[in-house]
Amino acid sequence: MTTTLESPRRKASAFLYRKPRLRLGLLLSAPALWLGLAYLGALAALFVTAFWHTDVFTGQVVTEWSLDNFAMLFSDAVYRTITFRTVGIAALVTVITAVLAFPMAFYMAKFASPRARRLLVIAVMTPLWASYLVKAYAWRSMLSGNGVLHWLLNPFGLDTPGYGVLATVITLSYLWLPYMILPIYAGLERLPNSLVDASGDLGARPFRTFRSVVLPVTFPAVVAGSIFTFSLSLGDYIAVKIVGGTSQMLGNVVYDNIGAANNLPFAATVATVPVVIMLAYLAAVRRTGALDNL
Amino acid sequence: MKNRKLALAGLLGAGLLVAACGTSGSDSTAAAPGGQGFTPPKLDALAQLGQPEGQVNVLAWPGYAENGSNDPAVDWVTGFEKETGCKVNVKAFGTSDEAVSLMKTGQYDVISASGDASLRLIASGDVEPVNTALVPNYADVFDFLKNRPWNSVNNVAYGVPHGWGANLLTWRTDKVTPAPTSWSVMFDANSPYKGKISAYDSPIYIADAALYLQTHKPELGIKNPYALDDKQFQAAVELLKQQRPMVGEYWSDYLKESQALKSGDAVVGTAWQVTVNLTKSEGAPVESVLPSEGATGWSDTWMVSAKSPHKTCSYKWLNHIVSPKANAQVAEYFGESPSNPKACAETKEKAHCDTYHAGDAAYAAKIQYWTTPIAQCLDGRTDVKCKDYGEWTRAWTEIKG
Repeated sequence: MTTTLESPRRKASAFLYRKPRLRLGLLLSAPALWLGLAYLGALAALFVTAFWHTDVFTGQVVTEWSLDNFAMLFSDAVYRTITFRTVGIAALVTVITAVLAFPMAFYMAKFASPRARRLLVIAVMTPLWASYLVKAYAWRSMLSGNGVLHWLLNPFGLDTPGYGVLATVITLSYLWLPYMILPIYAGLERLPNSLVDASGDLGARPFRTFRSVVLPVTFPAVVAGSIFTFSLSLGDYIAVKIVGGTSQMLGNVVYDNIGAANNLPFAATVATVPVVIMLAYLAAVRRTGALDNL
Repeated sequence: MKNRKLALAGLLGAGLLVAACGTSGSDSTAAAPGGQGFTPPKLDALAQLGQPEGQVNVLAWPGYAENGSNDPAVDWVTGFEKETGCKVNVKAFGTSDEAVSLMKTGQYDVISASGDASLRLIASGDVEPVNTALVPNYADVFDFLKNRPWNSVNNVAYGVPHGWGANLLTWRTDKVTPAPTSWSVMFDANSPYKGKISAYDSPIYIADAALYLQTHKPELGIKNPYALDDKQFQAAVELLKQQRPMVGEYWSDYLKESQALKSGDAVVGTAWQVTVNLTKSEGAPVESVLPSEGATGWSDTWMVSAKSPHKTCSYKWLNHIVSPKANAQVAEYFGESPSNPKACAETKEKAHCDTYHAGDAAYAAKIQYWTTPIAQCLDGRTDVKCKDYGEWTRAWTEIKG
């Protein structure tokens, strides 16, 4: 058979077969382009913009290098306060979702019948299909001074926390709970039942089994879930705008600097803070093997 | 710092070159906006109308240029298009800052600019003077809205006044007694409504505090709440920091505030007339007043881009948008006071002009209209430097903590 008789398609595939490197290159070029240009490129542009400043008079960005923005970020106490508040909220949301998610995921993975398990997975996912805004506004009316929480808690001498940091933590915990349940559920599903049984056979009580067997094996899954809840909380600005009362988070500072002040460079400077925090967090959890669980 | 000044000078110089002129602004950093002592780029107004160019690109606040696509019943654009042959392309903007940067693209012919944007547009040469003789309906516009510091420079009109409103003191009549007449209920450290106060979420709200200090701390010498020197500015910021723990919530979305008033989470706050009407219509007992100290507010102006290739259509649009009928439609749809007295006869709701105090010059005079704070003091002082909007924004972040 001569090459002239081959169809162009076959010729191309034969050519690619002989050149594995080219084959690989073509396969990866689209994702590499996406990752390199759209993703890392945007991040790099953000980082570069952070060193510029805005001309207050014309409102235009002046492409002139300076560290003024970073100096302001560090010298102004208010940005420190906001950063600590944001990290605190994110950490609290992460802990609350982990505590709520673990038993739920444990039941789903180890006790529920296959049918119930499917239904539960769907139930966990359902909130993700509803709009973020609707859910946040629903919490706004529930937390209101004459809302459902007030009505429920009043007989016990308690009251709704009202709008503020606590309301933000509650709302964000609600919003991100599925992102914690699903990774833990996946992690627990991989935990062989025989390990639990063996622990019991060796005389361990349930708590001891949980502490020495279940938790160490599923810890990476919890950390994987925490990466979602932590980073999502870190960047949030809508929930805090709706139920946060007067408090603000890093996202609000970014938003205000773009929306009101038209100061893109400073917004970029503030936006690098969560990026740095996340990088530090990822570096810290890398050793737990959590990243393999994502 | 020196480089920054040079860059500023360079940018200004470029702006002046575009204007192709040599005004007194050889020291270009001095060419800053402001009613007094401010030299805008020299641009000429249109001398006469020509043939309509077939289209006009409109940059407007949402609700200012409705063509029936949002609500078939709300349409004052289609008729204009048929009548003049100018196709209207509308782009809505969300904030004054967004509007200012969009105008710089030169893609828009006319813009509905609020006072906190208009001076910046004039100063940067993005908009040009308007020959009001070519806008027949301009003659009808309330005199007290014409040639004001935010729509004119040295008595040269830069646009057509469109609508205005005030940021009113609003309260729940069942929870706040006696009825307040002063902003003290929001600023006094001993206000009984602690925690139930709702304040506007924008750096421009600092002007509300300055306005309060103007009456209550006359020794600060505040004349214009948008022209604050260091001492005055710090006093306003201190007042707002003291107010912060008393504030239940800051609002930027008027629907959110209406809901807070309705549920009783807020019992007193600053609000627009449209918020009050909406909340009332939903059954909540709210009332509003222009307090003894006066209030801040907005006054919008339709302006023409200096780079517009569709000048005739632009002028026709300016004339149309302040015509009695269209002016009434916008005022009612948006919830503000119309600028044309003849619009009052055209509103569907007959009491509209009374509700919004249209034509009430005494009422309008108590309003300090939003203006962009700049380093050159707007009240004419030259011995001090005033705080510019960038600093207002930073302070606002600091106030909210």
